[in-house]
Amino acid sequence: MPDQLRSSSATSPAFRDPASEGLLAKVLLILLGLAFLGFFLVLPLVSVFVEAFRNGFGDYYEALIEPDAAAAIRLTLLVAAIAVPLNLVFGLAASWAIAKFEFKGKSFLITLIDLPFSISPVISGLVYVLLFGANSALGPFLKSYGVEILFAVPGIVLATVFVTFPFVARELIPLMQDQGTGDEEAALSLGASGWQTFWYVTLPNIKWGLLYGVLLCNARAMGEFGAVSVVSGRIRGLTNTMPLHVEILYNEYNMVAAFAVASLLAFLALVTLALKTFLELRFGAGATGGRH
Amino acid sequence: MTNIAAAAPARWRLKQPSIIPGFGLTLGFSLAYLSLIILIPVAGLFWRSAELGWAGFFAILGDERTLRALYVSFGTALAAALVNVVFGTLVAWMLSRYSFPGRKLIDAMVDLPFALPTAVAGIALTTLYAPQGWIGSLFMPFRIAFTPLGIVIALVFIGLPFVVRTVQPVMEEIDREIEEAAATLGANRFQTIRRVLLPGLMPAILTGFALAFARGVGEYGSVIFIAGNIPYVSEIAPLLIVIRLEEFNYAGATAIATIMLIISFLMLLVINLIQAWSRRRYGNA
Repeated sequence: MPDQLRSSSATSPAFRDPASEGLLAKVLLILLGLAFLGFFLVLPLVSVFVEAFRNGFGDYYEALIEPDAAAAIRLTLLVAAIAVPLNLVFGLAASWAIAKFEFKGKSFLITLIDLPFSISPVISGLVYVLLFGANSALGPFLKSYGVEILFAVPGIVLATVFVTFPFVARELIPLMQDQGTGDEEAALSLGASGWQTFWYVTLPNIKWGLLYGVLLCNARAMGEFGAVSVVSGRIRGLTNTMPLHVEILYNEYNMVAAFAVASLLAFLALVTLALKTFLELRFGAGATGGRH
Repeated sequence: MTNIAAAAPARWRLKQPSIIPGFGLTLGFSLAYLSLIILIPVAGLFWRSAELGWAGFFAILGDERTLRALYVSFGTALAAALVNVVFGTLVAWMLSRYSFPGRKLIDAMVDLPFALPTAVAGIALTTLYAPQGWIGSLFMPFRIAFTPLGIVIALVFIGLPFVVRTVQPVMEEIDREIEEAAATLGANRFQTIRRVLLPGLMPAILTGFALAFARGVGEYGSVIFIAGNIPYVSEIAPLLIVIRLEEFNYAGATAIATIMLIISFLMLLVINLIQAWSRRRYGNA
């Protein structure tokens, strides 16, 4: 009945929905919003690719196969290949404990897991410098056994694990809490073992949320700059990741090469966003847990 | 659950009984991993800071350059968070209320700052807002990049999705009937927005503001390219930590990091309080 009223009155040209803005206000607000997003999101993204291809495809390709750039790409892939699985296992363990059981201190534990989000990346790197640096207790001890942590790959991996620590757990905890424990209890009462329950019941329920968490974790692991820059020592060809290599090239005014390496990282970000959007359209916003 | 607890309060137990296995294993592993990666290293920072003593700690913090760097970090983060409150709320409104071509694409684009590495954002924004850049040249002779305003630009980019993604879901859940009720009671559109919609959105806007602010204070990668990094003017606190480390001045780096961490933890507490208050007041986060 109210709908009929509304549609009949909408045919009269003088009518304006009193619970909405006028057309002019709408158009102005949309234009203002789009202008803001254009200046802050679209143009920066476009400029990365424009600058990268400024001197044509040949120079772009040259910048990527150059030995230091290739070494940086390999190191970034290696670091992500170690850090992401570690945080994946942690995310699964933590979300199982938090979502499937009721225990004391749970919300405090969730706060602790979120902690790296509120710590400056530079400080994330600094804590390892203090722990393993030259004037710490641990650093010289490990060094006497030939183990290098700082200014070497292990330090970069540790700093990356630190900053990407919450990503998988953060996606899985709300998702698994929503799903409750009914499915697992049914499987167990039908005689499945704990591992079987996890593998055949829980994992299929959470796979898309898990995939999304891994994607975000990976994007951050490959793109981390501040924390890694503090622990890496930036030795070309050895401890230089892609974002650090971008910085070095940029500071040398080698813009085309800097933006060429940056464009790979920007492409990775676009793939991450595309997959996220696809997962949300396909499986609803619930498939990708809560917010970040 | 509360009934059971009330009926048998005699024995303290860590967890409620459950037939699901794996509690000890998963919680034990989580706690061990959390301690090794996060808690022990962060505790180490506080330990080192305590070794400085109060006098040493405040001598470093009282240094003019440190104070200016903290002021620049917190001031620009505050300015950027305020810009994001206005434009982030506008973008959330636009995405949840209006339909226009490309809305889905723009909705997806809002998460770009989460996914784009900060160094890439930093060099792209610098190139755009530099005096000879696409945007910077429009504003000449007024300079944007290499001034504190440049830092604000970078932090607006970094903080935008925090505001949009906290406000947008709350806006989508607003019942249109309350707006219609306000209109039938004689409120004009502006009054409805200000007196009916905004109070309900306030907790989400405040949370988004606090998240964007907290992130902006610690941001490093996107800022250092555009800031110009002039000591006392456009040098941010995280950069000063890096500079102190490069001078092997570990005490200086530790003290600045400790004060930043303490402030971040206080911010985290405030965010949690806002959310707890909002849950009590409005029944959602």
